[in-house]
Amino acid sequence: MEVGMLPISASKRGKLLAAGYTTLDAIARASPTHLARDIDVSDSEASEILSLATKASSALERERPNGTHTAVVGGGQTAWDMLNEEKFSSCITTSCVDLDNILGGGIKCKEVTEIGGVPGIGKTQIGIQLAVNVQIPQEYGGLGGKAIYIDTEGSFMVERVLQIAEACIEDMAEYSHQFHKDFQACDVKVHPNNILENIFYFRVCSYTEQIALINYLDKFIMENKDVKIIIVDSVTFHFRQDFDDMALRTRLLSEMALKLMKLAKKFCLAIVMLNQVTTKYVEGSFQLTLALGNWSHSCTNRIILFWNGNERHAFIDKSPSLKSASAPYSVTTRGIRNSTSSSKRIKMM
Amino acid sequence: MANKLINQMGLPKSIANIFTARNVITAKDALSHTEFELMELLDVGKEEVTSAMAHVSEVVCPPCQTALLLLEQRVRNECMAGHLPTRLKGLDEALCGGIPFGVLTELVGPAGIGKTQFCLKLSLLASMPANCGGLDGRVIYIDVESKFRSKRLIEIGINSFPEIFLKKGMAQEMAGRILILRPTSLSEFAESLHQIKVSLLQQQVKLLIIDSMAALVLGERDCGASRQQALGWHVSFIKSLAEFSRIPVVLTNQVRSQIGDESRMYSFQAQSRSIIKDNPATYDSHLVAALGINWAHAVTIRLVLEARSGQRFIKLAKSPISPALAFPFKITSSGMVLLDDDGVEMKGPEISTINCQGLSLSSLAVSSAEYFLTKNT
Repeated sequence: MEVGMLPISASKRGKLLAAGYTTLDAIARASPTHLARDIDVSDSEASEILSLATKASSALERERPNGTHTAVVGGGQTAWDMLNEEKFSSCITTSCVDLDNILGGGIKCKEVTEIGGVPGIGKTQIGIQLAVNVQIPQEYGGLGGKAIYIDTEGSFMVERVLQIAEACIEDMAEYSHQFHKDFQACDVKVHPNNILENIFYFRVCSYTEQIALINYLDKFIMENKDVKIIIVDSVTFHFRQDFDDMALRTRLLSEMALKLMKLAKKFCLAIVMLNQVTTKYVEGSFQLTLALGNWSHSCTNRIILFWNGNERHAFIDKSPSLKSASAPYSVTTRGIRNSTSSSKRIKMM
Repeated sequence: MANKLINQMGLPKSIANIFTARNVITAKDALSHTEFELMELLDVGKEEVTSAMAHVSEVVCPPCQTALLLLEQRVRNECMAGHLPTRLKGLDEALCGGIPFGVLTELVGPAGIGKTQFCLKLSLLASMPANCGGLDGRVIYIDVESKFRSKRLIEIGINSFPEIFLKKGMAQEMAGRILILRPTSLSEFAESLHQIKVSLLQQQVKLLIIDSMAALVLGERDCGASRQQALGWHVSFIKSLAEFSRIPVVLTNQVRSQIGDESRMYSFQAQSRSIIKDNPATYDSHLVAALGINWAHAVTIRLVLEARSGQRFIKLAKSPISPALAFPFKITSSGMVLLDDDGVEMKGPEISTINCQGLSLSSLAVSSAEYFLTKNT
């Protein structure tokens, strides 16, 4: 039923059907006054329906295969084009080489990545590190973008951002020193304050605000085009409180995930969702699992952080293109780094 | 914000009336539906719904701040850049100045290790005049287990800050600023939380201590899912309280022994489980925090107090601003004293385990005897 495709209210749709307008063609052929009389609406409303119908029917026309068009279905993209596009899609480094290696270069733009782990494993640390790293200028192999940090738990600490930003600038200076030994003037012109200035921080206090914010982000990013990463810390926190209707919760979460995915594609940015873990009783024992597990169908990649002996490890739990692997990393005063880097302080006992 | 009325948001009159007619009154009502559901419910076209929701969302959504602005505000408005110094040099250095404002700080440890002692000291520090390095404010102390001893409080005060406490009338003024509440149930606690929220704004309250959160929650008769849910609500309320009044909140948590096969692993780690089970080294560390993983996610800083071969340690088990350090300490007449300000860095699961070995039994016996004595009198 073609009328069902029109973005109009249910009652108008009902009236159209009752008056015998079932195809778009039939509506498009009618005159506004005729239509207004038939379905008992004002002239302006009728002409609005008409224009929607013509638009929809011409769109349908375009999609119909008639030999001359290469695209079989409008709005689609061939796998070959996608491959070419993916080659140029950019990555945000995690500052940990081992982790970057298993991720194929870092956190990918245009994709949604979920990162989960037990309390204190370093989820927020990775979030902050990415918010800083997205700003590494293009000369240094970064994206030179800005970051949006959505904080649902209140765990964002500015002092820590400053520490990580300072360390990042030091690293850049060292890098430029190595590569331009002949030049004297190779100072990094970035100041930690510039990095802090480019992190847009939103504190969300309820699930309503969270949904509202994600609706609003589209407009916000239009105004701040340079945003290259959105970090949500943590995505499920408010949805785990005050909800009785579980079906509603699932619907809202999946709508939100869809909107985020749309943002990722539209503005070519990376989405990182941090998630908490909870315990679940499976086959006679307690197991750790990510909170609201079934919702994560909607994210492309999932990384789980865990303790492996004395080291922190990251494990790729789900990804359409990367093979499942794990890599060690460590959280230092300077941020996320390779775990082999020896720390100055001695190990206890 | 979420309870803002839709017809006061400056939407076009016609569409605002439709929302009201369908009993979609607040922003929360509207945002609890998907766009498609709203089209059906309000009986309007997709475009109207999208534009109306975009408007509602923009009004409801929280303001944007840059991280730089946050930092500048903090430095400008708050004494000591938003930290309550603990006067334990090593710990203060690791925490960038002390217990941070606006977040939850948790103390976990076995009974008698010194959690309450630490809380008493903190409440003194917050109530001290600003020229002596305090916060010059009131303290709300929620004492669930009836462990608060005014006598001990004064003793700590006199021994650690004799120059202030031996002045006439100062001890009375200090102790007069500390308000003790003794709720007996979670519902009573929730009620007093609402009162606290109001008084935080009016009075100069600079510190909130809850000793102990575990006793409060575990004392409830119902368990399982409903307890988790009740805890969840309280956690978000206390967090928002801390954040909007920008005060430090310190909570204590008890320990319990780990139940038999309570593995802390993901399903993909299953194959390695047998190895760990055979490892005798892990046998000793059988204490875990009484409030589970959902609670642990909510606290920003977790300090573990433990005893290893007779020596007490305070560990930074979870902290976004510092590495995991352990400091040996002892309890003296002036409260907690660090034996070493440098601290030793820990690695791996050691960070979060809670040991209770060789904690001298005499101190435990004394504290429990004291407990029974006061209970009977």
